[in-house]
Amino acid sequence: MNLGAHSPVFIVLLPLSASLLCLALSRLNKHLGAWVVQLSILGAFASSVASLREVLAEGGKSIHYWMGNWAPPIGIEFAIDPLNTSVLCMITFISLVVSFYSRPFLQNEDWLHYGGYYTLYGLLTVGLCGMTVTGDVFNMYVYLEIMSLSGYGLIALGGKKSMVAAFRYLLVGTIGASLYLIGIGYIYAMTGSLNMADIGQRIQPFVHTPLFAFAVACFLIAFGIKMALFPLHGWQPDSYTFSHPGAAGFISGCMSKVPAYAMLRYFFYVFGVHNSVMEALMNVLGIMGICGILIGSVMALAQYDFRRMLAYSSVAQLGYIAVGMALGNVHGFIGAVLHLINHAFMKCCLFLVVGGITYRYGEVNLYRLGGLNRKMPVSSIAVVLAVLSMVGIPPTCGFFSKWYLMLGAYEGGQNIYIAVLVISSLLNAVYYFRIIEQMFIQREASLPEIHEAETGLGLPVSMLVPIAVTGLAILFLGIYSSTLVTNIINIGLPEVLIK
Amino acid sequence: MMKDPFGGILLNIAFRVLVPFTLVYAVYVLVLGETSPGGGFQAGVVMGFGIVLARLILGERATIFNIQMKNSLVLAGCGTFIYTLAGWLTLFGGGKFLDYSFMPVHMEPAHEMHALGILMIEIGVTICVMMTILNIMDAVVERSDDDGRAE
Repeated sequence: MNLGAHSPVFIVLLPLSASLLCLALSRLNKHLGAWVVQLSILGAFASSVASLREVLAEGGKSIHYWMGNWAPPIGIEFAIDPLNTSVLCMITFISLVVSFYSRPFLQNEDWLHYGGYYTLYGLLTVGLCGMTVTGDVFNMYVYLEIMSLSGYGLIALGGKKSMVAAFRYLLVGTIGASLYLIGIGYIYAMTGSLNMADIGQRIQPFVHTPLFAFAVACFLIAFGIKMALFPLHGWQPDSYTFSHPGAAGFISGCMSKVPAYAMLRYFFYVFGVHNSVMEALMNVLGIMGICGILIGSVMALAQYDFRRMLAYSSVAQLGYIAVGMALGNVHGFIGAVLHLINHAFMKCCLFLVVGGITYRYGEVNLYRLGGLNRKMPVSSIAVVLAVLSMVGIPPTCGFFSKWYLMLGAYEGGQNIYIAVLVISSLLNAVYYFRIIEQMFIQREASLPEIHEAETGLGLPVSMLVPIAVTGLAILFLGIYSSTLVTNIINIGLPEVLIK
Repeated sequence: MMKDPFGGILLNIAFRVLVPFTLVYAVYVLVLGETSPGGGFQAGVVMGFGIVLARLILGERATIFNIQMKNSLVLAGCGTFIYTLAGWLTLFGGGKFLDYSFMPVHMEPAHEMHALGILMIEIGVTICVMMTILNIMDAVVERSDDDGRAE
């Protein structure tokens, strides 16, 4: 067996096999299943990096892996290109880091819940990776469902209120998935194919028909629901707030980004943006993005629950990605992709810190965080990095994605987007700097300790390291963002934008 | 488990005939799945039906059918793992994922290997579906039992 040639399938297969066996292994030993799942996620990360190296060595030409050696369009294929491997590296890396972070939250659980948590966690990773890597539209639906179902489970594990949040997400998410399925149905009726590359060619005679418009609108709403784009974001604040604190970093970091990536892939690589239907759709997407940015920021300003504030901030940040896509030019596209990757790390870092504070003190009110810089120094520094990045201050990564978005807006002559980006950055500054003010300047709040500080830095090592790693990742992504753009994203640009 | 089974002498006698045939029929549907209508999903449903029937009528006395909820969860995972195992075997045999021509067993003619691979997948699906049905039943019964004896 040549490991390198099979690396695309290992990205999905390793976590899938491990999470299916996780419960059985946990039955033997409580911790065994979790270790195997973590090992498999490490394997998936290694496979993603190997695929990235391979595809870059090929000069950015996409690599195809045929399942069962059935040639597409009949068979299912995994398509690897520079863009989706970088997203895969992001997903598997965050998944790996957060899997260590979850452990202290689960200490007192029995084997069934311990193993069950890691089963769902592994399956969530499978769903996210599968959606990113697959080159088949129906296969993507299957992974979308795997992702959603395991996501509902992880959200419902959070505690009492989380049940309602998860159920609400289930109802809304099912509508999204159904709309996606309807969209596939229409696309299949028009083209007779389920392979993305094949659809990209066969759809061209139909791009001016109402049927195409209907199918694409279905896709927009479906992915809009899953990525919590503005008017479709109702499920998101509750779900993020009440999800299991151990998994919240992964859920908030990746679960909304992958549908955004899927939308980007459909619009730019399959349908192409230069036809009347897609241009109209891009306008709608842009308006949704702008409204999301403004309303998300204002709502975030009104929150005092730290987690809920971050959730509304996510609505705003997803708006940035939507705006980047809606611009429909090279810089906008780069900005959207870069922001997709950067924001995953920023939001993950912030949710990890919130989880740490909850673990230690059981406190989520952001006006009661006074003096936290002395109690939890590493977490406070990570928060500073993430906040600077959210506001968009160099050299953190958030600056660069906003810069590309601005460039794209300037290039497209869309002054309103520039205005919105500036206003929202200012709003970001207002609602994020108050956290820093609370942590570093306010006098110490008296908080009852739920868990003792196991180390001098306030948290167990398995929680500290993920926080530090994601914090540093924000800095590294900022410093090396030009490398990321020139060596990976530029190579993977869609053909419709290069012409 | 069912606190109040609704078996009586008539039902008891009737199900004694019904359940074994249901299970045998499930195996028939499973094995003939790749050449005729049927397959793993249907076989799993039929097999699950047989066990649910036994439990409904006998309750806690249906000892061999009383698989605990946590065990059925474990087995459902293992069943699906058999599916992926078929893929792993073809990878070890030197082919692509789920390319049955590379199953690491020697068979003549080659399409026998495809049948073997498909049968393996169907067995995995059967176990998964059967255990999932038992799980659903347990979850429903657990809610209807007042004293929470059910697991």
